Amino acid sequence: MTAAETVTISSNHSSYVRGVGNTRFGRLPGSTPLTLMAQAADAALDAAGLARGEVDGVLCGYATTLPHLMLADRFCEFASLQPAYAHGMAGGGATGGLMAMLAHDLVRAGRCRNVLVVAGENRLSGQSRDQSVQTLAQVGEPGIEVPNGASVPAYYALLASRYLHEVGLDADALSDFAVLMRRHAAGHPDAHLRDPLTLDTARQARPIASPLRLSDCCPISDGAVALVVSAEPGDGTPVRIAGAGQAHRHQHLGALDDVMRSGASDAAGRAFAEAGCALADIDYLAIYDSFTITLVMLLEEIGIAPRGQAVARLRAGEFETDGALPLNTHGGLLAFGHSGVAGGLMHLAEAARQLAGRAGARQLSSRRHRALFHADGGVLSSHVSLILETA
Amino acid sequence: MSEPLIPATPPFTEGLAAGVVRYQACESCGAWQPLQRHACRACGSRQLAWRDGSGHATVYAVTEVFRAPTEAFQALVPYTLVIATLDEGPRVMGHADPGVAIGNRVLASVFHHDGQPLLRFTRR
Repeated sequence: MTAAETVTISSNHSSYVRGVGNTRFGRLPGSTPLTLMAQAADAALDAAGLARGEVDGVLCGYATTLPHLMLADRFCEFASLQPAYAHGMAGGGATGGLMAMLAHDLVRAGRCRNVLVVAGENRLSGQSRDQSVQTLAQVGEPGIEVPNGASVPAYYALLASRYLHEVGLDADALSDFAVLMRRHAAGHPDAHLRDPLTLDTARQARPIASPLRLSDCCPISDGAVALVVSAEPGDGTPVRIAGAGQAHRHQHLGALDDVMRSGASDAAGRAFAEAGCALADIDYLAIYDSFTITLVMLLEEIGIAPRGQAVARLRAGEFETDGALPLNTHGGLLAFGHSGVAGGLMHLAEAARQLAGRAGARQLSSRRHRALFHADGGVLSSHVSLILETA
Repeated sequence: MSEPLIPATPPFTEGLAAGVVRYQACESCGAWQPLQRHACRACGSRQLAWRDGSGHATVYAVTEVFRAPTEAFQALVPYTLVIATLDEGPRVMGHADPGVAIGNRVLASVFHHDGQPLLRFTRR
């Protein structure tokens, strides 16, 4: 057992996801990271029933369209917030979960009472698609990987080729996840891609980097998401952060020893240990899905499905809104959209809404009590798991 | 005690310019290192040295890229990228012959694209 596996913060305090908010995702002309973040923050504060002056902590995700040394301060000035604790954070796609985990610890430690976690950017309209693709490709190793003309889809395609080879599946097994996410997004008025996608259309989509097709890749979106993590639950059904865990085993593909162990299971294990519960106690899933293969590898490494069986579980209806483990009922990155850090935070916002009974028309017919959130950044490099439960 | 600085041109890239695949190994315990490190991942020693590999490798992962990240590479699409496991242990990324498959035995050579030396793996 490593040192990291033995560390738990002892605290009598609980932390709660008190309110969440989001903007629409998609092409939002004229938006800027600051205006988007401010709109999402307003919505989260309204939902939390908190005034600006009650926010004493602000954590803010990086924005590729607004690189800044101290984005949290810039945002706080713009949004007229004067917290006692604030800074930006960067951990790729895991950033939203990393911020929520830190907010949880700040609250439990007694450092803050109401932490606003916020992220957003105009990733689609604020830069060209070529710029986005080039910026994102820099998660590769600069001397040995990036010069080869590899893009983020190519990195994940390499992962996919090896993973599918090891579990004995082909590219068609991935398409079902794109179809499911699109079906879920159809129920959310704020989603980027709401048109239905058939399995045939998904499988016939043009290749981007084999085995991944366009339908296996998330869109680039504008949008923002915010949530308030508080010492008090606020009105309605309390949603507690029961456990959190991270794992960081590599940054680059060339240093990933085994596609079967990227770190996802380590992070989830730490979160379950803190929460004092197990996978069998989970009844809602919020799992990062930058690509269909991301979703498959995370579901299987965490143990939600046996190796090579995630698609069989999907086809059996398990991840549907009326299934045993509804998955990303907002449509995930694949269909709700990906505006950087906010895209990864939206899974957590949707999980909190479903648990609190605040999901409106998407509210699942059978109320859910314990959600597992998991996100990764880079190429399955930075991992974070959170467990939410109704208190 | 002075620490060695990271040179402007990485030794890996210098190796490509010289036509060889270089990798780092620990002079204390002998362990090979992925990519480029400051300390040995097995024993923590900072005594790491660059060695010349044989160029023999096995394909670990493969993709055919249809959408390039830059204009310089858009001219090459579709192109095949692999992660290859060098016989000495480390995995590196490189271009490869179209149609290579996971498990194929390959041999590295160096080609230049847009002024940059890059690896190409060819089936043996």
